Amino acid sequence: MRADLELIYDWVPQGTHVLDLACGDGALLERLAQEKSVTGYGLEIDPAGITQCVARGVNVIEHNLDDGLGSFCDNSYDQVIMTQALQALRRPDKMLDEMLRVAEEGIITFPNFAYWRHRVHLGLRGYMPVSKSLPHAWYDTPNIHLSTFNDFEHLCREKGLVIVDRAVGVGDHRGHWTSKWWPNLFGEIAIFRVRRR
Amino acid sequence: MPDSDTLAYADRPADSVGLVTPHIAKFDTPLSLACGKVLPEYELIYETYGTLNAERTNAVLICHALSGHHHAAGYHHADDRKPGWWDAHIGPGKSIDTNRFFVVSLNNLGGCHGSTGPVSHNPETGRQWGPDFPMVTVRDWVASQARLADYLGIERWAAAVGGSLGGMQVLQWTITYPERVANAVVIAATPRLSAQNIAFNEVARQAIRSDPEFFDGWYADYDTVPRRGLKLARMVGHITYLSEDAMGSKFGRDLRSNDLNFGFDVEFQVESYLRYQGDTFSTAFDANTYLLMTKALDYFDPAAAQAGDLASALAPAQCPFLIVSFTTDWRFPPSRSRELVDALTRAGKPVSYANIDSPHGHDAFLLPEPRYQALFSAFMGRVAHELNIQATGSEEAK
Repeated sequence: MRADLELIYDWVPQGTHVLDLACGDGALLERLAQEKSVTGYGLEIDPAGITQCVARGVNVIEHNLDDGLGSFCDNSYDQVIMTQALQALRRPDKMLDEMLRVAEEGIITFPNFAYWRHRVHLGLRGYMPVSKSLPHAWYDTPNIHLSTFNDFEHLCREKGLVIVDRAVGVGDHRGHWTSKWWPNLFGEIAIFRVRRR
Repeated sequence: MPDSDTLAYADRPADSVGLVTPHIAKFDTPLSLACGKVLPEYELIYETYGTLNAERTNAVLICHALSGHHHAAGYHHADDRKPGWWDAHIGPGKSIDTNRFFVVSLNNLGGCHGSTGPVSHNPETGRQWGPDFPMVTVRDWVASQARLADYLGIERWAAAVGGSLGGMQVLQWTITYPERVANAVVIAATPRLSAQNIAFNEVARQAIRSDPEFFDGWYADYDTVPRRGLKLARMVGHITYLSEDAMGSKFGRDLRSNDLNFGFDVEFQVESYLRYQGDTFSTAFDANTYLLMTKALDYFDPAAAQAGDLASALAPAQCPFLIVSFTTDWRFPPSRSRELVDALTRAGKPVSYANIDSPHGHDAFLLPEPRYQALFSAFMGRVAHELNIQATGSEEAK
């Protein structure tokens, strides 16, 4: 499983009812169901991902996240998880509101634009960063709202959300000590667990 | 059924179930119907494909749509021009893999392809049932299908599968007999008809009922059939099965000849097509059956008993669902499938949903399409895995 998914795995308690936004091939939900009796649904828009979920026995619903979560009732889930999709949404801030309407707690991961390699790309070489976490060229990227570890913390503070946990992923590993101390600089993937107050 | 790109028996590919023979099951336990009437005895015609395993855990029920019947796959005769109506999805290695599953496909009660219906003999009067045949509902069909399951020694279906009106029967199965359905596949269906859907059905019914040859449904006594009415009904219905795009790309504004003839004969290709569809149907389908089937569609509304709350109506269901819709289906559009999905998630039921991109409108559920097939196969593969169903070997061995 992807490094950020490994971390999220630990943050989902036994028997939780979750909604996994942009659940991909369903690997996380499958493991959570098998090992932690987690129930719930994944939302996905990619046909191949949906078929893979179905083949795994993961409940998946074809859904465009830009349409919001209107079909899901208030407080109908324990947690809403969204991995690597925040930056591709039309209004990430509104999605954050929606997530915390549907559940009390949200887990969000996204590529940290302030990661030092990205800074080197842009600051020294003068090119839009292309990396493992941001693999697209500027003209065909689905990532239309790039942000940093600090930006997201700022948004959470503005919305009055409680940051329960935060972590970073670097490459295939969980954060090195450098990323723990300076996450905005050394964290390639930002991982947040937030709650409404 | 629409004309899809199908193959005659002689040219059949290796993944055909081959020649099949229908069977008839007789039932003499009276069946109480939703309309208050009782059918004292009845017959159901059905076909099976594949082999029932020793544990009887691999049976799949196929529920048919408005004008469907028991002949879902394979060929009846070596000189048949076309295979069964769902041959694209039933066969060795296909979505419903007959190497794994034992597939049961029947003609519903009230049908005109061999099950007891308006064209059958009424033992009480000694003549055809005709318009006296009682109104049957989706619930009645499911009750009769459950008796067929008993007759075949099938306690629980590995999956109940259906498109359109067939999907509604699958839904009803999960509500009425939740312990007898291990999985449900509901394709291009809706939890209830819209006013527009009912309106189209009513036009079709009026076309039939106002045909002078209808004789209040007693046309058989006059040795005739309301051919014009049935033709019109089918033409209207057919428009709702296709998408605007599908019709546009198939016919556009193409003319049959090069010039306009300023008359009311067939000029545009689409007119010719619709007339052909109507004509073919009018000689192959019984008018009273058509009336009954459209009423069954109109009446279906499982949420009605729960004050419109579909989630409560689906509360008894115990099985995983696969819900599929098609982007250009405007008869039962994706939003109607999504209603179903939302009710199921609210009820906390296991459900997966996909909206398949297809230009073919409502008819897409009958046709092969790579994503549709991959998804359907994946779900059925999962069914086999969960129920520990092993492949029973190739069909050639039979």
